[in-house]
Amino acid sequence: MSPRRAEAGGRIDRLRTIRFTFDGAPYTGHAGDTLASALLANGVTLFGRSFKYHRPRGLLAAGVEEPNALVTVLRGEVREPNIAATMVEIYDGLVAVSQNRTPSLAWDIGAINQLGGKILSAGFYYKTFMGPVIGPLKGTRFWMFCEHFIRRAAGLGRAGTAPDPARYERMNAFCDVLVVGSGPAGLMAAKAAADQGARVILADLEAGFGGSANWSGETIDGMQAADWAQRIVGQLEGNDNVRLLPRTTVWGYYDGNTLAALERVTDHKEAAAKGEPRQRYWAIRAGTVVLATGAFERPLVFPGNDRPGVMLAHAAERYAYEYGVLPGQRIALFTNNDSAYASAVALKKAGAAVVAIVDVRSDVTGDMRRLASEAEAELLTGHAVIATEGGKALSGLKVQRFDAMSGALSGDERSIHADCLLMSGGWSPTIHLASQAGAKAEWDPARQAFLPPKPTQRWPNQHWIGAGAFTGAFSTAEAIAEGRAAGVSAAGGTATPIALPVVEAAPGDPDPAPVFEIKAKGKSFVDFQHDVTAEDVRLAHREGFVSVEHLKRYTTLGMATDQGKNSNVPGLAIMAEALGKPILEVGTTRFRAPYTAVSIGSLAAERFGDLKPERLTPMHDWHIANGARMYSAGLWYRPMIYGHAGETVEQAYVREAKATRESAGIVDVSTLGKIAVQGPDAAEFLDRVYTNMFSTLAVGKARYGLMLREDGLAFDDGTTWRLGEQEFLMTTTTANAGKVMQHLEYFLDVIWPELKVTVTSVTDEWAGAAIGGPNARAILASCVKGTAVDNATLPFMGIVHGEIAGVPVMICRLSFSGEMAFEVYSGAGYGTHVWEALIEAGKPFGLVTYGLEALGTMRIEKGHVTGAEIDGRTTARDLHLDWMLSKKKPFIGSAMMDREGLVANDRLQLVGLIALDNRPLNGGGHVVEQLDEENPHDSLGHITACCYSPALGQYIALALVKGGKARHGTRAFVSDPLRDRFGPVEIVSNHFYDPDGSRMHG
Amino acid sequence: MLITCPYCGPRDVIEFTYQGDGNRERPQPASQDLDAWNAYVYDRLNPAGDHNEIWQHSGGCRSHLRVVRNTITHEILSTEFARGGHKAGGRS
Amino acid sequence: MAEYSAFSLLKNALTGNKDWKPAWRKPDPKASYDVIVIGGGGHGLSTAYYLAKEHGITKVAVLEKGWLGSGNVGRNTTAVRSNYLLPENTRFYEHSMKLWENLSHELNYNVMFSQRGCLNLAHTPAQLDDYARRGNAMRHLGVDAELMNLDQIKRLVPALDLSGSARFPVLGGLMQPRAGTARHDAVAWGYARGADRRGVDIVENCEVTGFLRDGDQITGVTTTRGDIRARKVALAVAGSTGHVMQLAGISHMPIESHVLQAFVSESLKPVIDTVLTFGMGHFYISQSDKGGLVYGGDLDGYNSYAQRGSLPIVDEVMSEMLALFPGLARVRMLRSWGGLCDMTMDGSPIITTGPLPGMYLNCGWCYGGFKATPASGWCFAYTIAKDEPHSFNAPFTLDRFYRGLIIDDKGQGANPRLH
Repeated sequence: MSPRRAEAGGRIDRLRTIRFTFDGAPYTGHAGDTLASALLANGVTLFGRSFKYHRPRGLLAAGVEEPNALVTVLRGEVREPNIAATMVEIYDGLVAVSQNRTPSLAWDIGAINQLGGKILSAGFYYKTFMGPVIGPLKGTRFWMFCEHFIRRAAGLGRAGTAPDPARYERMNAFCDVLVVGSGPAGLMAAKAAADQGARVILADLEAGFGGSANWSGETIDGMQAADWAQRIVGQLEGNDNVRLLPRTTVWGYYDGNTLAALERVTDHKEAAAKGEPRQRYWAIRAGTVVLATGAFERPLVFPGNDRPGVMLAHAAERYAYEYGVLPGQRIALFTNNDSAYASAVALKKAGAAVVAIVDVRSDVTGDMRRLASEAEAELLTGHAVIATEGGKALSGLKVQRFDAMSGALSGDERSIHADCLLMSGGWSPTIHLASQAGAKAEWDPARQAFLPPKPTQRWPNQHWIGAGAFTGAFSTAEAIAEGRAAGVSAAGGTATPIALPVVEAAPGDPDPAPVFEIKAKGKSFVDFQHDVTAEDVRLAHREGFVSVEHLKRYTTLGMATDQGKNSNVPGLAIMAEALGKPILEVGTTRFRAPYTAVSIGSLAAERFGDLKPERLTPMHDWHIANGARMYSAGLWYRPMIYGHAGETVEQAYVREAKATRESAGIVDVSTLGKIAVQGPDAAEFLDRVYTNMFSTLAVGKARYGLMLREDGLAFDDGTTWRLGEQEFLMTTTTANAGKVMQHLEYFLDVIWPELKVTVTSVTDEWAGAAIGGPNARAILASCVKGTAVDNATLPFMGIVHGEIAGVPVMICRLSFSGEMAFEVYSGAGYGTHVWEALIEAGKPFGLVTYGLEALGTMRIEKGHVTGAEIDGRTTARDLHLDWMLSKKKPFIGSAMMDREGLVANDRLQLVGLIALDNRPLNGGGHVVEQLDEENPHDSLGHITACCYSPALGQYIALALVKGGKARHGTRAFVSDPLRDRFGPVEIVSNHFYDPDGSRMHG
Repeated sequence: MLITCPYCGPRDVIEFTYQGDGNRERPQPASQDLDAWNAYVYDRLNPAGDHNEIWQHSGGCRSHLRVVRNTITHEILSTEFARGGHKAGGRS
Repeated sequence: MAEYSAFSLLKNALTGNKDWKPAWRKPDPKASYDVIVIGGGGHGLSTAYYLAKEHGITKVAVLEKGWLGSGNVGRNTTAVRSNYLLPENTRFYEHSMKLWENLSHELNYNVMFSQRGCLNLAHTPAQLDDYARRGNAMRHLGVDAELMNLDQIKRLVPALDLSGSARFPVLGGLMQPRAGTARHDAVAWGYARGADRRGVDIVENCEVTGFLRDGDQITGVTTTRGDIRARKVALAVAGSTGHVMQLAGISHMPIESHVLQAFVSESLKPVIDTVLTFGMGHFYISQSDKGGLVYGGDLDGYNSYAQRGSLPIVDEVMSEMLALFPGLARVRMLRSWGGLCDMTMDGSPIITTGPLPGMYLNCGWCYGGFKATPASGWCFAYTIAKDEPHSFNAPFTLDRFYRGLIIDDKGQGANPRLH
């Protein structure tokens, strides 16, 4: 038997032995143990090191609020740092290691920080490390030198870098009533709501349901509280309208009664079963939420209260009742309230010697005296613990007479030999979720606690009801009554009086004495993990950091991983005392999500490893099979080049572009945005949307169009085809397809609802191939059936319908490359079929496939604009598209486009550049008048796109240059210090190649 | 936040795209009143309280909705089609 | 008041830290001042500091409705950088950077400005060109910038997924080495202490409820602590600009108030030693000296004064984080919070005289408020003292929208949620 495991008791499965390691040492525990209880059973008292002083620390708590015993759980290479040992269920093969210590937990070099003592007081770093004002360490250098070491000393656990192989899952759930917490209040609420026929979800962050019933010595309806709880759980389990979520922490309360919860599905298992996620993220939309989240016991603040062996009283009770583990053999208790007395009795029953109950109150009731004698404990009323003794484990404590009214200590010190000191500083309701929902906590001077507000102060769109200890009703009988009432009311029913379960509990007054701190010599900790002491709080007060937020931020009180669950109220109480104000006036901070830390993996859920969808064109597989190198363009993948063996990217695109201009080339244009614009007012609508006229466009013809934004700047361009009197097919740039669609919908729905037009995105319905070059028409003629493609039938910007390889196609003669070119559209499902037919037909003509690089090259040669030039800051004039601005009609942006800032002479305007040194230019290189490689300055503008032009035999670029049009024919320089590319260029028109368009007009 | 689309019913905010202040009035297309155009494009009512605004149900029916929503509590007070017509109940 | 130094720490330690004095006084407001600054956040405090220091104007009150620094100065992801695309922004933020570099000395308060660099990751060739354009634009204004290749990035941030198998593989990045992070609260406290030492009254828990007027002329404010008069009333209330301007009778502004969420993880040993941004979404991350990963993403996307965020953005930000760092899936998010951003119609701020006589306006900080804190106060103080803007803030007028002189770094037009 383990040294601390009691002979009997606890709800662990003593027949099942579990083997695990902690810091490399093997241990055993039982099924049902947490890492904390199992190690405690093995006599381990040292669990961790604190953040700042690296002080040795043991277990403070038994649950989610544990601030000290943080460990890293290892699964092979995968690390999970900063997990409270109290929340780790052991499994065979569990490997856990301690944190923030070098070289070992017992001997930690970081403990040297304790020698810093009072120098390392709250906020000390704001006052030093600034370094010299002059010399080589001026500016930020000295601080960064110090910071280097501070960063390495700080931090808790170490994160892994190996990709997490686990799967995370997200579930959306809906219910009438969500019950958070499954203590007696939560169970009753769930039961009552379910009995009303409501759809109920009951979530509890622990492995088992029952909450405080699982660690209390009370009886309910004549049975052990835990057994009663199991009976209710059994009834709920059989109910179709109830979903039970164990190991599920409801961590966030969001708008519209949406709650976020994390279910730890397989963290407690040796291995996940097939298909099981590690964790499941629940987004729960609840009609009403019942908050039955209980309360936390508070530590007392006194010197040495952080020594391993000092623990919360109810935590010890829980270790005894739930796990059959005694945290000590000789136990002393230190309390300001009645609840610790029942703990004393429980521990006595479990086999420990209770040596003393030290109570700050000068007098206690006869009931408490009876409990003390039942525990065979010496009762020291009107006393306080003023020190603890021992090294890395407690060996004793010192007490002194104490006056609870004045806080004064008097009389002789007395030593008490004990290996465990339990403290109880009263209870704080767990109001975090209500606070997240906007409720402002109210200080209750009787309970000495922040309670959730009365229902009238709730936010209008958050529907929750509190029950049990959450509301300050700390007794089980009250919890049962409130739970039932809350459940009925949440389900929309009216509570009828019924006989409630009968609770047999130890007597006790829920109101503690208002004592939070014993002022005596030595470090008294308020925030255990962050090593914030009572003196730090007082220092904050002296320096004026008195508002609760300043206190928190200046001292880091409450900012550790337990987020103030232990330290919040004691810290405020000490500040209130320093201010001479009641706690009521000091106030509290608003709690924010999450209630407990949640894994980032769970929040990404299915998007972990799959951030965004991939959009593939119908011909995608063909491109891959035929050697295309792809690159991503937004969500799309598009061929960049179809490289031959041994070719560089430049060689490949030059070959592709050259072959296209010499014979023919084909490119996949399926990614272009395509929007069907239909209806009696479609033409009128396009006249308003485009800067140029579309109502005059004949059926069977296409036109290039330009759109502006409302503010008069260029928005998007593309060709729009008139397929019928009331039917157009609009194309947009790939990048702007979604934005243009929303733009059109907005105007039709909000601004011009009277227009009879519908717009439909048909991007994915059509596959598109653009085939261009001197032989393009001949290739089409050889494979298109059902229509001629000669100049008369299919003139420039004409549209015909025909058939290729048995598939209906729509062909428009338009050109981006500047060659005689055609866009061939077919149904997306036949895209590859038509594409292959075109490739086949092109073989005799040496048709090449080309990618975006060659497409870009040919468009640069032509001086066409794309998103690099229509970048949201340019106007139609900047891009020399003013010829498209109709003067015959208003259009979107027409009223705004002539404002002074948009017509200034020094605006960036589109030009062409030719590299005079015959070397490649770079996108993003800048243009200057005066070259200064050392200190580049006075940029005139920048290169938007560049290439080697096979048509010109030169390196060319498009650029946006200040007053560019007036600079045609002048010399300038590229200045690209980032890539060390400097050299002379000539500024020319952006129309490098075939400016009069004779090639495409044929 | 749940927005009740008159067509689709109550849906999570993730399905919607915000289109801003719904009090703005676009001048007549042929208007040459530059101040009115500027005000329409650039100026916003930005109250701390109830706000009349346009949302698009972009992840659903793609209708534009006129929503009155409190910018402090995020309570939705009413929802209707922006083009007019059917009003849906508020208080989601 | 005592200088802060290692020596003063030692001396005070010996006396049990009993002799430290308040970092700033808690005066009651006087009946009148030369200048009232509304808003005790980073910008308001730095404005008061520079009014006193640079212009000798010390009869100044800073009025804060809550606790000092309760706005965005204490609710941001602490990045400081000047890596903007457009020269108007770059010049201004570079001025700020220069002030940052000497700020701890100037304030005798360690604001922990750590120049660990800011790296923008690029995922497509077009994006690399975009970043080159921006980096070159910075270089032509004398601001540091360099492109980093994959090897350099791997050395700097080994935890990044650079395998090439990511949905958006990293191709390279734009680095500003002088960028970094600072301790946000310390900036507010340092400026408060500095202003206080020069005689400025910092009045907390004093909410402005209206403006005192003489015709159009602003002559003071009414507050929850009485009327206060001043010839010049300056607003620095980012997040609440719309609300406070309504008190002055101006109902419409080129501003929407939006919520921006930020997140911090539990403390970890060092894993990210720079400020990093993702190029195929909206995500940025750094690690604090305490070890918490500090990160954030996009706006929630609708008008809000709630300082509370929505769940979809939480999911989006975490997803983007793991797209870069698949090894951090088991790291846990510890805290989240929401700040209110004044989003303007072009994504750039406003620091100007007016719009009413006697009024001065500093607002519209969008995402840029924290890093702007020193220059914002410096330029605003200049504008208040001289009744005209400094060349650094001359472009940031209120009338630039109407005149078409927009400064749109992202090219998104009058769509605040996209800036």
